[in-house]
Amino acid sequence: MNRGGASHPLVELTLARLREIFREPEALFWAFIFPILMSVAMAVAFPSSGSAPVAVGIRQGDGADALRAALAASKAFAPRIVSAADEARALRDGEVDLVLVPGTPPTYRFDPARAESRAARLALDDALKRTAGRADPWTAPEEHISLPGSRYVDWLIPGLVGMGIIATSVWGIAFSIVQARLRKLLKRMVASPMRRSHYLLAQVLARLLFLLPEVGVPLIFGRYVIGMPLRGSLVTLAIVSLVGALSCGGIGLLAASRTKTFEAISGLVNLILLPMWIASGVFFSASRFPPALQPFVQALPLTALVDALRAVILEGASLASRQVATELAILAAWGIVPFVIALKIFRWR
Amino acid sequence: MTDIAFQCTGLQKRYGDVVAVDGLSLSVRRGECFGLLGPNGAGKTTTIEILEGLLTPDAGDVEVLGLRWASHEHELRQRLGIQLQETQLADKLTVEETLRLFRSFYHRGHDVGELLQLVELEGKRKSCVSKLSGGQKQRLSVACALVGAPDLLFLDEPTTGLDPQSRRQLWGILERFRADGGTILLTTHYMDEAEVLCDRVAIVDQGKLIALDTPKALIATLGEPKVITHHGTLEDVFMARTGRRLREE
Repeated sequence: MNRGGASHPLVELTLARLREIFREPEALFWAFIFPILMSVAMAVAFPSSGSAPVAVGIRQGDGADALRAALAASKAFAPRIVSAADEARALRDGEVDLVLVPGTPPTYRFDPARAESRAARLALDDALKRTAGRADPWTAPEEHISLPGSRYVDWLIPGLVGMGIIATSVWGIAFSIVQARLRKLLKRMVASPMRRSHYLLAQVLARLLFLLPEVGVPLIFGRYVIGMPLRGSLVTLAIVSLVGALSCGGIGLLAASRTKTFEAISGLVNLILLPMWIASGVFFSASRFPPALQPFVQALPLTALVDALRAVILEGASLASRQVATELAILAAWGIVPFVIALKIFRWR
Repeated sequence: MTDIAFQCTGLQKRYGDVVAVDGLSLSVRRGECFGLLGPNGAGKTTTIEILEGLLTPDAGDVEVLGLRWASHEHELRQRLGIQLQETQLADKLTVEETLRLFRSFYHRGHDVGELLQLVELEGKRKSCVSKLSGGQKQRLSVACALVGAPDLLFLDEPTTGLDPQSRRQLWGILERFRADGGTILLTTHYMDEAEVLCDRVAIVDQGKLIALDTPKALIATLGEPKVITHHGTLEDVFMARTGRRLREE
């Protein structure tokens, strides 16, 4: 076939899309710089070893200084004096987990809904009573161990990776298509002999190229700076990421299939993504939702992707494992069904 | 092989209460340059987009190069060159990349370098589309239509908004295409453009055909010019038949 120096249309369409992305500085920032910044922020917020002392506020007044000195002697506490006026703010902002009001006996002021505050109360109560001369019947020997993979940060990183994959897929594809529609470029393309499926496929293919930095950078940081374990094989990880990106590409196509303005697509994409940030267990476990909601939560593509990533990274699961296979099946369904609907209802002009 | 490049009979298209095209019939021979003239909102764009297979008429029959859109869309797209009124090509691609992209869709056609020469954009080969002037963008848009060496070229207001020099440059490209045996259908509201380029013109108003002939014959129907200093133009033909001016400025 004579193409006059041009390559296969799918190649040319993918190249055209990639050129557009690489010539757009903002897009490069999100794809390459943002994952690095995010990883650095995590490395700072979650140092790889040592446990933070309990932040205790001591209300200003008689005996406050003595208490502060006594607590400061133990490395387990980081006591500071707070004024009565400033107390509520310090508690609310999490500057202190608990406020100790000196007296006999002293009073503990804290919000029992906060896990850190409850832990602070136990530790403080124990320390104060022991100082006051409590006789313990026995002291249990403690074995301090640190299990890589059991820390919050280890659990968080795969969640953020999954969130990045889905966000770039949906945003990138949806915006590029709505822009082409606005500029009447879509209409021009279908006036040529271009195959429509080639155009849509090229959007998804171009998007896949960004997977490498998007997934790679946070994982390298996680592994070598934060000490997150990487137990599964890289091939499995690549396959899970690829399926996740392809799957959400279908959702991006569907969102853009009839949308005509940037305002409408922004609203639509936020409507799709924001509930998943909350419901899919990126920042806290999705199992916290009541059982009645679980079928919905588990069926979300981001839940499936994040669970599969965690299983591979933290537990070393393989593709053959029941959990990973199930999550991949959910992702595949999310990839195929919206893609087919999008093809059917897509408005080319 | 018939002598007809395309024809349509009894075309109807309405948008809600508005009738955009109202019983239009046209027949254009191969090798002809045919102009569709009329004011904004006359139904020119709707007509050309029906012929281009981008819109389906509510009623009427369309045949292009002896084929029908319903049964031979892919083959027709390979043989047609289309330039739309409002297309903005991708800003971030260069002239050459844009042409190569469009070239990849066609089984036959011009080499990209050859085409750049044809539309006088060799010097802009590596320039981004966003850096082109209006006339250069329009020539690129026409080049994208010519890339598959089409039998038939559809142009929707190709010179609207261009300065006189850019218009003449574009006319030159179209004349060369015709010299090679190509057929052109163009819409315009520039009377002088139709007089220079077209063998025959159809004047449409409110979706209806109100006159169809060679520019010369149409002007001749005006009879003796009433004002001595003023030679008859297609603008006068439109005025004489509708009592309105083509462009209300």
